[in-house]
Amino acid sequence: MFLNLKTAVAAIALSAVAGTAFARDLVINFDDLNPGPKKGFEDAVEMFKAENPDINVIVNINDREAHKTAIRNFLTADAPDVTSWYPGNRMAPFVDAGLFQPVDDVWEENGFNEDLAAIKATMSRDGKIWGVPYSYYQWGIYYRKDIFDLLELEEPGTWDELLAACGKMKENGVTPFTIGTKFLWTAAGVFDYINLRTNGYDVHNALTAGEIKYTDPRIVATFDNWEQLINECGFVDNHASMSWQDAIAPFANGDAAMYVMGNFSVDGYKNAGLTEEQIDFMPFPTINADVPPAEEAPADAFFIPANAKNVEDAKKFLAFVARPDVQTQWNKTIGQLPINSKADISDDKFIQEGFALLNAATGLAQFYDRDAPAAMAKAGMEGFQEFMLDPSKKDAVLQRLDEVQAEVY
Amino acid sequence: MTHAVLPDTKAPSRPSWVRRNKLAIAPWIFLIPALIFFAIYVVIPIFESLWLSLYEWNGLYDVNGNSTAVWVGFDNYAKLWDDPNFWVSLRNNIAWLVLYMLAVPLGLFIALFLNQTVTGMRFYKSMFFFPFVISQVVVGLIFGWFYNPDFGVVGTVWKAIFCEETVNIVGNVTFTCSRPAPDILSSPEWATYGIIAAGLWPQIAYCMILYLTGLNNVAADQIEAARLDGAKGWKMLWYVVVPQLKPATFIAVVVTVIGALRSFDMIAIMTQGGPFGSTNVLSHYMYEVAISEYGERYGYGSSVATVLFGIMLFFISYFLWRMYQDEKGGR
Repeated sequence: MFLNLKTAVAAIALSAVAGTAFARDLVINFDDLNPGPKKGFEDAVEMFKAENPDINVIVNINDREAHKTAIRNFLTADAPDVTSWYPGNRMAPFVDAGLFQPVDDVWEENGFNEDLAAIKATMSRDGKIWGVPYSYYQWGIYYRKDIFDLLELEEPGTWDELLAACGKMKENGVTPFTIGTKFLWTAAGVFDYINLRTNGYDVHNALTAGEIKYTDPRIVATFDNWEQLINECGFVDNHASMSWQDAIAPFANGDAAMYVMGNFSVDGYKNAGLTEEQIDFMPFPTINADVPPAEEAPADAFFIPANAKNVEDAKKFLAFVARPDVQTQWNKTIGQLPINSKADISDDKFIQEGFALLNAATGLAQFYDRDAPAAMAKAGMEGFQEFMLDPSKKDAVLQRLDEVQAEVY
Repeated sequence: MTHAVLPDTKAPSRPSWVRRNKLAIAPWIFLIPALIFFAIYVVIPIFESLWLSLYEWNGLYDVNGNSTAVWVGFDNYAKLWDDPNFWVSLRNNIAWLVLYMLAVPLGLFIALFLNQTVTGMRFYKSMFFFPFVISQVVVGLIFGWFYNPDFGVVGTVWKAIFCEETVNIVGNVTFTCSRPAPDILSSPEWATYGIIAAGLWPQIAYCMILYLTGLNNVAADQIEAARLDGAKGWKMLWYVVVPQLKPATFIAVVVTVIGALRSFDMIAIMTQGGPFGSTNVLSHYMYEVAISEYGERYGYGSSVATVLFGIMLFFISYFLWRMYQDEKGGR
């Protein structure tokens, strides 16, 4: 209703001013009001307008959480021509309900099958490709370089080196890891990494697709490693009552030295008073040397609703957002990584390290809560939190997750 | 020549049906707007929700606007029976109901305490009533900070007793504790009681104000008579004052039961049902499975809502029946 009205008013205003009725409307819904991401998007839209003066672009920017609710209505009631959303299992309900349209032709015509190859599996469902990504970011371990230097520690490359480093930290009164599990998903990041390093990308996918059980020996092995990490490294106390932002406090104060996090957290460290020299990034250490490296790299993408009115220009916009020069510029603004392998990256050290990391990866996981269906993700993450608070409940937790899995899939 | 004016022989016209029945009709005319809205926003949604609980639905419509719901009969209820989270929520609901009742006697005692004539009593009364005026969300936030083991009152007191200030490896001040501070809101055993305690704070104030108004109507002559007969202290309270406060007690119990069953805001603010679902109550669990980010199971959520509706219906019917009996007795 509201959108319709806005569209109509804008169209009338435009035709009145320009005296032309030929301008085609292209309505785009975007989901981030934070200054950086908003600017990145708006700059890209300006550029698109300059290149396509005959298209009248109408932009609706909403807050992230509000967008998550709104999309469920506007896809049927009043579909825009393009909307931002997430790949992986998050797009599954909409794909299954027939609310998105496939964009295989966009990928075909623009050579995205090669340039965006790493993300193709994530953007696909039922043998078709459903959207075009514009940005992603790496996960890994952010650590206090100054503390590592004081303790004469190197970046641990293997599991044993990590455990040894933890031992030294604890001797010196430093808690190895900080984390805030109040909102659950942070625990999923730790689980994903231990699982990716213990079993690899295929097991991650099979697990989140419901093909293997949680009591499977491979997943139990992941949990055994996790238990070892809790016992020999350890996380800050009270993590269950902290958000991920709250958990920065012990990290910034020097009480904890490492944080398994995504790259968006760097701003948080800097705002907490840490300088670029005090923090650094390292990949999560290898656990099983035979497992090829795979990383967590959640992507943001654009989709075309099935009810879009201007599909032709929508596809033009999708082709535009994945172009190397556009992705370069956009990701420089928002401090993330371009997905197009031909794009350039900024000289921020975290971005540089992340780019090298993700380019070397053989698989890119989206994140437990984007790869698994919502109900499974919720139960799974609650299980992770319960396990972290009391590792002795491992068997009960895994049993319970099996039951949920049997019900969800 | 004058014509004799014929007397009006027409019989007085019978008043119309509307006119004759206006006393019966008028209330309905005034009620119609309210009834229409009550039907649209309350009655019809209740039945829709009951109906929806027999479907499996992720809340989406397809391109043509048709619901994607699938009929599953009583499957959702069968799942509920096997869902440990549901039983945890139900158990917490009962804990809320039982412990929330403490608000009634506590409110009575504060009311008795405040029912004196001392200079500035109005000020003290309003201070005691204050927590009921602020929003539940704010109460939740305040208590959330209060319980915080790092910077809250609990944490600060604990640090003063069990912790010593040390300097950590990078030279910042930190605390080393002989035992870790209690983290009430992330302990599966204690979190629910922590939230109930927070909920009691405004609820006691509410009961207190009900009793304060009730105490104004206590007959002074009966107190006087009881005193002459030698009643005092507890006996005076129990046999003379409390019976006269029966209407206030009834209302206090009703609002407390309903308040306990509606407890949602504080849980949403303080723990979001966590840690791992151990502080959920039915209303929050319904929200979680149906509407929240990881929910999208509207059918299942509706079945939780139906159970909650059943429980509420039980209490509300009882209260209505009691009120009806009282009114009948009053005539």
